[in-house]
Amino acid sequence: MTDFFEMGGYAGYVWSSYGLATIALLVLLMVSLRGLTKSRRDLAHLETLLKSRRPRRKKAPVRQP
Amino acid sequence: MHRFAKPSVFLKLASAVMPWAIGITVLTLAVGLYLALVVSPADYQQGDTVRIMYIHVPAAWMGLFCYVGMAICGAMSLIWKHPLADIAARATAPIGATFTALCLITGSLWGEPMWGTWWVWDARLTSMLILLFLYLGYMALVNAFDDPERGSKAGSALALVGVINVPIVKFSVDWWNTLHQPASVARMGGPSIDPSMLWPLFLIAVGFTGYYVIVLILRVRLELNERRIRALQLSGIGEDSPGNAQPAYNPEQAGAGK
Amino acid sequence: MSLSRAKSRKRQRLYLIGAALLAAAGAAALGLTAFRDSVVFFFSPTELAEQSPMDTGRRLRIGGLVEEGSLQKLDNGSTVTFTVTDLQHDVQVSYTGILPDLFREGQGVVAEGHMNPKGQFVAQEVLAKHDENYMPREVADALKKSGHWEEIEKKNAKNMRN
Repeated sequence: MTDFFEMGGYAGYVWSSYGLATIALLVLLMVSLRGLTKSRRDLAHLETLLKSRRPRRKKAPVRQP
Repeated sequence: MHRFAKPSVFLKLASAVMPWAIGITVLTLAVGLYLALVVSPADYQQGDTVRIMYIHVPAAWMGLFCYVGMAICGAMSLIWKHPLADIAARATAPIGATFTALCLITGSLWGEPMWGTWWVWDARLTSMLILLFLYLGYMALVNAFDDPERGSKAGSALALVGVINVPIVKFSVDWWNTLHQPASVARMGGPSIDPSMLWPLFLIAVGFTGYYVIVLILRVRLELNERRIRALQLSGIGEDSPGNAQPAYNPEQAGAGK
Repeated sequence: MSLSRAKSRKRQRLYLIGAALLAAAGAAALGLTAFRDSVVFFFSPTELAEQSPMDTGRRLRIGGLVEEGSLQKLDNGSTVTFTVTDLQHDVQVSYTGILPDLFREGQGVVAEGHMNPKGQFVAQEVLAKHDENYMPREVADALKKSGHWEEIEKKNAKNMRN
């Protein structure tokens, strides 16, 4: 088992490669997930605003650009 | 609303693909890592540092693969003005940049013990660093304009010009003499890697591809939402109380807006 | 939209364009550097023999295989001499310092330094260059026994020449 962790004396190089890869890929995944959650929340909020406003503005409907 | 018709097809497809992508990614990475770290043998002269290859090489492949995908999407967005192509290109860039950076860092961690140096300016290493700069340049450029369409035009142009770097990366080790060794897998006469070492390499490459699909879907959804938010804001929704655009940061004001 | 917000967005745009330009300039500069100095990362002993008379002061890199049986330790303990060969021409190299882990006789090597008037290459830095073959020890031993190893070595020497 200690052999496994020592990696033939190259533990620092091998484990930091795997560690950095894990961290980088997890960070990108988390950032993407959190961004998506936030955009969903913002969008839901704007959609409710849109719904509540529609009846009041009959003459100037919301344009879709 | 026809502009969102095609993205809605994509979203349906993405929802169907997502569970498969997650399953394949988790499975191949679990088995691949077990083979890479435990089962596969040490190299006859590089010892256990050869295990860095199982991250380094798939990351390099993904860096190149993502760039080609980004350039194709960029071309589609320039030529056909397909909104989804532009969104896919924007969503791909940070994934490709992450893999390219990982390739460079793990390569450095491998080069120091084996070659005796963290870095040399040979053709392979330099062209790979240029690939990273192309990704970063693309990401900065597409966000540099208020008008997303102008940003995507400029970014697509950069992505297309930069695609010339992809064959340079691949063939740098054949065209010029380099400290980096020639190709071991995609080469004439078949791989020069023992089968016991090829399996973890391929499994992790499949796992990385699955990861790419997952994060791509997440980021395309994110981009689609942000486009819709921008469209609603431009049409005047939520403009009278600017805090509404960020309810996460300003919950009181969001409540007061009603 | 308020004036200050428009201003800060303009500034943000300016920074982003600046960053994009910097990245592009960096890429171009790196490309040019690579073309001028590093596309030819090293010279083989044959190329070195072709460019006579030898300019002794110029810093350059030479690459080749470390000839079997040529590695010698000098008396002071930290200086070594060895022969770099591409199987057509040889260069004598002397080096004081720590050799990389992969440095072995029969293996590829890239040395940076200059020629001295005696025709010896004085290296300031020695890097190991390995080939594209990866295999466990048992497979390597089997190849050596079956006599296929020489093919690999010949191919490696040829790779060093082009």
